[in-house]
Amino acid sequence: MSAVLAASTPGGLLLPAAVLVPFVGMMLALVLGARNVQRVAALTIVAGLGVAIAIVATAAQIAAPLEYVLGAWAPPLGIVLRADGPAIAMLLAIAVVVVGVGLYASGDFATPKGAPEERAPTVYWLLLLAVWGSLNLCFLSGDLFTLYVALELVTFAGVPLVCLDGKGETLRAALRYLVFALAGSIFYLLGAVLFYGETGTLDITMIAERAHASPATFAAIGAMTAGLLAKTALFPLHLWLPPAHAGAPPAASAVLSALVVKGSFFIVVRLWFDAVPALPGPAAAQLLAALGAGAIVVGNVLALRQERLKLLVAYSTVAQIGYLFLMFPLALDPATGALLRGDALTAGILQAISHATAKAAMFMAAGMIYAALGHDRIADFAGAARAAPAAVLAFALGGVALMGIVPSGAYVAKKLLLDAADASGQWWWTALLQGGGALTAAYVVLVLFRALARPQEPVAPKKPADRTQAVATLALAALSFVLAFATLGPLPDGLLSSAFSSKELLATAAILGAGALLAAGLGRRRDETAPAGFARRTALGIGRAFECADTMLRRWPVAGISLLAITSLFVALMAAVR
Amino acid sequence: MTGTTLVGLLAAALVAVGLYGFLVNPQPLRKLIAFNLVGNGVFLLFGFIAERGGLPGIGGDPVPQALLITGIVVAFAATALAVTLLLRLHESTGSTSLADEAPSPKDPAA
Repeated sequence: MSAVLAASTPGGLLLPAAVLVPFVGMMLALVLGARNVQRVAALTIVAGLGVAIAIVATAAQIAAPLEYVLGAWAPPLGIVLRADGPAIAMLLAIAVVVVGVGLYASGDFATPKGAPEERAPTVYWLLLLAVWGSLNLCFLSGDLFTLYVALELVTFAGVPLVCLDGKGETLRAALRYLVFALAGSIFYLLGAVLFYGETGTLDITMIAERAHASPATFAAIGAMTAGLLAKTALFPLHLWLPPAHAGAPPAASAVLSALVVKGSFFIVVRLWFDAVPALPGPAAAQLLAALGAGAIVVGNVLALRQERLKLLVAYSTVAQIGYLFLMFPLALDPATGALLRGDALTAGILQAISHATAKAAMFMAAGMIYAALGHDRIADFAGAARAAPAAVLAFALGGVALMGIVPSGAYVAKKLLLDAADASGQWWWTALLQGGGALTAAYVVLVLFRALARPQEPVAPKKPADRTQAVATLALAALSFVLAFATLGPLPDGLLSSAFSSKELLATAAILGAGALLAAGLGRRRDETAPAGFARRTALGIGRAFECADTMLRRWPVAGISLLAITSLFVALMAAVR
Repeated sequence: MTGTTLVGLLAAALVAVGLYGFLVNPQPLRKLIAFNLVGNGVFLLFGFIAERGGLPGIGGDPVPQALLITGIVVAFAATALAVTLLLRLHESTGSTSLADEAPSPKDPAA
């Protein structure tokens, strides 16, 4: 019997609870109607946060990953939910972000007493819970097919969030997102099917034991990875992201940018680190990080070129997704060429968590600035710091957290990656990690420079700031500095003691200075045609070239061919280094 | 050539035709049909794998068959959602183009 049945670890029941609580809340809210939807959502969010904290506490107590074997059926016939370190860290971070976003949304999506019930608030709360439950399944499932279903659920819940206002432009953005995501999901499914054909199982730990180098396995890894990248919107497969994330209402953009893309990212991590750590090899890992490098450069430059704040933040997400993939070549074991679960993976998860809190805060801040000024044109931001001080402060904090400046979570991540790059002699990633901070700094400096400028006439806020929203936004931005440490146990010695040395402070100043220079050269100005010096003209030329490249890459046929090309490249590189 | 191999080749052909359709057709409805073609190819491939993996005495491996049903349901749900969005898009703009229209600078939508 023992071959068929298996036992769960203590506290294992918490894992299905983490997935089910949001979905049960969603069903209840659906039944109880629009009047009660917000109350049910609030209760569900509190319960879900409780479950996440309980999982963290139990895992710390038994000092081992939690497992729950559904119906006690052992794999390959049964399905296992598994919460290891990275999964638990993501679970807790996402729960905290959901709390913050929920508090913010209670201002935008409330149904006041006596007011007519509206569609958008009801749908928003239902979808927020659905996204949360599906993401938890992405983090916990140990089975490739369950992950496929989870991935689809995340997309199905995310797409309608894009078009909550029901306008033509956002409907188009939502449809683009859905159709491209479907292409990604079918690639993923093709890979999963090939894995089953090769190994006779879909359980990740069993695949790790059984998978061996063969053309079909390489094709499976290539197709799955490319499909997941399409869903994560890693450059050059980002055609759907900017319109979708910029068009949604702020509370929905925060969910899409901070949370939804993390689901497919996490499955790439599961696939590469847990299912087939020895198979991708160095060349494929370099390609993955090279795509990330492209995302960082193009995303950041495009962010500088945007007229509107929400599009700037959306392009900043394109760039930040790139950072998440830099860890792959740095996690390689130099001796065997296999991926190791070490400091580099810790750094990647840290970046994902810091980005979740910081980006949620930045989109929420953008929403508050829009509410206060009545527009979000960056060129006309003069006086914004007076009209919406909390929002501008939160935007600055979130931006600083993304840059990787002391003492944010992204700083620790960057430090860990730099050490790994030094240790393995991959100097090109050192250069990118150092330069990437300056690129991120550029658009943050640009926005703050405009927002802090003295207005020609005093700017009165169009709408007084909602206190709950301000507190939620500031709290999430501040959490970017502490949450990462709370979720990931002990760090290497001396990492933080050296954080405030004069060398580090000098590096911080260098990042900010280089960012300011970039912002001055490349940043969009109100009048782009005004006569300018040679330096500015050159910079503008470069900026326009990037814009052209981005427009071309975001065409459908080009993106489709990129998807195919990336799949084949992965397969070829894996086979070539064998 | 055995019947099973033929099924495998047919699956590959369906995936290829679907991918081609997805790439070259600008119309979202055609892209959706192409997506379903690729999906059917993948499902057929799964059936092929199930047939190949059968134990002696059992017609085929039952696990892929159970997963196939789930896959078909998911693909159907995805198609339904996409068609609904497409209808809404046509209702509100009169067009079904997915082309990226740059938002005009006067567009107040945020």
